[in-house]
Amino acid sequence: MTLAKYRTIFGVGLQNTLVYRWNFLLRSVFEVIPLLGTVFLWRAIFASRHEPVGGYGFGSMIYYFLLTNLVTNLITPTEDEWQIAADIREGQINSLLVKPLDYLGYRVSLFLGYRVTYSALTLPLVLGLFVCFSRYVTLPRHGETWAWGLLSLTLAAFLQFFVTYAVAMLAFWILEISTVVFIVYSFEYFLSGHLFPLDLLPGGVRRLTDWLPFSYELFFPVAVIQESIRGPALYQGLVIQAVWVAVMWGVGQLMWRRGVRRYQAFGG
Amino acid sequence: MTRYWQIYRLLLRNSLIREASFKANFLLWLLTELLWFLGQILFVEVLFRSTEEIGDWSKWEVVLLIGTHQIISQVFQAVFYVNLANLPDLVRTGRLDLLLLLPVDPQFSVSTKQFGLDNLINVGIGATFVLFSLGKLGIVPQPWQVGCYAAAILLGAMIHYAIMFALATLSFWIVRAQGLIYGYFNVVSIARYPDVVFSGLFKLIFTWLIPVVVVSNVPARLLVRAASHPALLMLHLVGVCILALATSRVLWQHALRRYSSASS
Repeated sequence: MTLAKYRTIFGVGLQNTLVYRWNFLLRSVFEVIPLLGTVFLWRAIFASRHEPVGGYGFGSMIYYFLLTNLVTNLITPTEDEWQIAADIREGQINSLLVKPLDYLGYRVSLFLGYRVTYSALTLPLVLGLFVCFSRYVTLPRHGETWAWGLLSLTLAAFLQFFVTYAVAMLAFWILEISTVVFIVYSFEYFLSGHLFPLDLLPGGVRRLTDWLPFSYELFFPVAVIQESIRGPALYQGLVIQAVWVAVMWGVGQLMWRRGVRRYQAFGG
Repeated sequence: MTRYWQIYRLLLRNSLIREASFKANFLLWLLTELLWFLGQILFVEVLFRSTEEIGDWSKWEVVLLIGTHQIISQVFQAVFYVNLANLPDLVRTGRLDLLLLLPVDPQFSVSTKQFGLDNLINVGIGATFVLFSLGKLGIVPQPWQVGCYAAAILLGAMIHYAIMFALATLSFWIVRAQGLIYGYFNVVSIARYPDVVFSGLFKLIFTWLIPVVVVSNVPARLLVRAASHPALLMLHLVGVCILALATSRVLWQHALRRYSSASS
């Protein structure tokens, strides 16, 4: 019974994304431009040097960016924070609070629904890119990498979602969350490995990123799939990643409880 | 024309009053933009740890390029960004009706309602980095270079405008269009790379059709590579700017004809 409820919400999430398929398709199409820009940039850099950069040759660098593109398309929440903030600001949660429904469970079901449709919509494009650059794609050499990759990818999805959720919870206290969203996003952009692989950072900063949540949102699963992180470093990373997921879940839940207590149900 | 000026002065005054009443928001946006900019400088640091040059651009030339990109995009964002970002919402909710009824060109009223003061401060930060890079490169630009640079900045901001305006008009066809706003940021993100890295069809498209590659590169070249055909560079910039503005205008008019309002 309980599960059936959330399965229905998951279905709503699926359909919601499908309605706005053009919006999401275009978004994904436009993401190809910076990706190609990055390929050109590294081509120019590798034209004048032949030894690898931070452990990456030209081929593995391109493969790295292909994988970040794939992972982003698979797991990054697209509009969840805006929807949650609007739910709170405009009093939509009134109708949810009176239902026998856990709000986080509701949002997670929607999120999963969104991700499935979004990924299905954009997968042809992403696969097309993999085909275009297929000579740089190297499938994992070790069978277990698939399992570890899938695990860290799942954890990364929940980490990204819980960060998004916690940020959106701020809507209980402030009217406009967009500045906070963009501040968090800028940290994610530079420290999650979106713009460059974190191995390029100087040693001290690189080690610091191992303890921050951002690298586990994107860089870590990509590095696991690319097999640049293996052995003890892999296990340590997975543990830290799981801890961050739990922490962000806790923060989100705490904010929700505090928020609802001071919530005054505007609108309706 | 004077009437438009008068209206714009009123709008500007309104925006300033608005900003003054949301001080915390103003400071937060300032901080956000600053973080983005510093992140990009960090990126240059990271890149130049592993190379001496990108194409034939040295580190400080690239910093100057990114500073220039910052100035241009912040000028554009100060004047137009928020307004264009709101356009999809106006279309979706039907509130565009109100703006269409005004006795001014609708393109003017959808483009100019709000002005972002925080962006102007970020223009200053970009300019500081440009000046600092000039110092590092040991270049003292001639007055004509400074004049051309300033003109190129304005042309560049208009190209940014044309690109985002064209993207925003697509919202007349596809209801929800937040994706288009990400589209703008994705497209202009390649403007901060030196033009020499690009080639082939990609270069052709992004120097002529969606001319983001020339936007920051032309003014940067005018400052650091004064010898290489400044007149041609300016001509190119003027040409693609007119082309981009005209195309976006045609798209907009086409889109307006399709508009049928929403709800009641």
